[in-house]
Amino acid sequence: MTVKLGVPSKGRLMDKTFDWFGARGVTLSRAGSDREYAGAVEGAEGVELVLLSAGEIPRELAAGRIHLGVTGSDLVRDKLAAWDSQVMELAQLGFGHADLVIAVPKAWVDVDTLDDLDGAAAAFRKTHGHRMRIATKYHRLVREFLRETGVADYRLVDSQGATEGTVKNLTAEAIADITSTGETLRANHLKILSDGVAHRSQATLYKSLKADWSAEDRAALERLVRKLDVAG
Amino acid sequence: MPSKADTRAEAARLQAIFEEAGALPVETTILQPADTLLDLYGEDIRARAYVTSDPLNGEQMLRPDFTVPVVQMHMSDGAEPARYTYSGEVFRRQEDGRGRANEYIQVGYEVFDRENPAAADAEVFALISQALGPLKLRAATGDIGLLMDAVRGLSTTERRKAALMRHIWRPRRFRALLERFGGRSPVPPSRTALLANPDPMAEAQPLIGKRGAGEIAARIEALREDAAEPPISATEVDLLEDMLKIRMKSVDALSHLRDLAVDMPSIGPAIERMDARCEALVARGVAVEELDFEASYGRTSMEYYDGFVFGFYAEARPDLPPVATGGRYDALTRVLGRGRSIPAVGGVIRPGLVLSLMEGGQ
Repeated sequence: MTVKLGVPSKGRLMDKTFDWFGARGVTLSRAGSDREYAGAVEGAEGVELVLLSAGEIPRELAAGRIHLGVTGSDLVRDKLAAWDSQVMELAQLGFGHADLVIAVPKAWVDVDTLDDLDGAAAAFRKTHGHRMRIATKYHRLVREFLRETGVADYRLVDSQGATEGTVKNLTAEAIADITSTGETLRANHLKILSDGVAHRSQATLYKSLKADWSAEDRAALERLVRKLDVAG
Repeated sequence: MPSKADTRAEAARLQAIFEEAGALPVETTILQPADTLLDLYGEDIRARAYVTSDPLNGEQMLRPDFTVPVVQMHMSDGAEPARYTYSGEVFRRQEDGRGRANEYIQVGYEVFDRENPAAADAEVFALISQALGPLKLRAATGDIGLLMDAVRGLSTTERRKAALMRHIWRPRRFRALLERFGGRSPVPPSRTALLANPDPMAEAQPLIGKRGAGEIAARIEALREDAAEPPISATEVDLLEDMLKIRMKSVDALSHLRDLAVDMPSIGPAIERMDARCEALVARGVAVEELDFEASYGRTSMEYYDGFVFGFYAEARPDLPPVATGGRYDALTRVLGRGRSIPAVGGVIRPGLVLSLMEGGQ
């Protein structure tokens, strides 16, 4: 058996992951043509590269079909219930930074904190007869964040893309989305609440707690961890 | 794990006890309209219940508890007074990875009675306590009504009281609000700047979305009014916090509460209710001098209890959820009763846990 390492199959996330491993003496590469989703590993015996969509990596880790995986911590925490019982963080890779933030219309001059949002939501429900809608695709993370911080009278509405446009389109009053620079939010007349960061995400190397780890796999992991100089 | 057949037999045994006490057996559907539950509990219910969709009736939830459908049934065509019992599966999503059951049987007993709430509280508690008798469980009790009366009695604005009442079931936010209204936490700089701005609405643009300029202006006005109000006095905040820390035997709690009531007269009626309940419990053979009382108990459960609350715990098995829970939910009958309401109290036992504990030789 070999240790299967899941890595995003395209784009900057793949390139940066390759660079990160490369800098530590483990060369990852795509086998064959650019279109083929197979990979090769040099410098780490007993490790096999599996190229996957970043969004599928949490699920594959939780199912134990891959032993290790690189993906955004936002995806792991949103897609996996009790994530830390299913996967373990081995290393934060220092790229792919993005924040999951709660944003409201810039025109809401009375709302700057979650406390304001909660107050505005209570009044909104009285006025409109329904809960304030927050558009997002990060349901679990946002719900947990708002529960922990004690915001009530809101409702999540699903938005899989162009979330920043939902307020203008009257399908939501506020949004919760990933941003790295805030540029798209500003362009859509939205502002981030001052204490509205639900999660600071970055590319992270995870170990599956659900995969079968044979003695051989463990040995390969130990060698890899030592080479990468991360906490195994 | 006891088998399902054994659990059903135990459920039947428990339900027979409730029927003997005069309860009418009732059934409810497993699929419940999601709207009602979402309206009651908010978004949090999605993390706790299974949601499915029906092509014609929209979002449905697998029954997360019986109380809501039983109250609906009673409010639409129930006789008064009424006692009901039910037995069946409830479904709870488990998100925290502690491996708790996501489907289990509950057997319940609910009393809708205007006559004597204290007696009804005692009736439900004593009946469940007797049904669980041989297991030697620890009972925890509390009274959400006490906290509600304390909040209503604060010498501050109705708006502040309403804000606190809204967060009774979110202790963390409740405390933050109390600290703020008590002038104990710093005002966020953005709030100070907003209130110092003579014309904040000038910046309220471009207006997008459904929340209008009128709503923004109204909230700023409310914030201005609130800023002009004096803070809730330190004495009142301390008294409330003192009360929330109460964790002692019921008898001692009563006398401690009476001491607090000297400076917090609003809790007087709640104390009298508690006193009457204790007497009714004694009349039913409950040893109240041994009965634990926690003023904060029940504040993190699903938010509908607004009076007496209780739970039965196996102390030797801290890994298990409570074997039985219940409480008073007068306000829920008002919410679901479309203008009508009736005092109501009830509780549920989990027969599966009862069997596990019996097998464990507890």
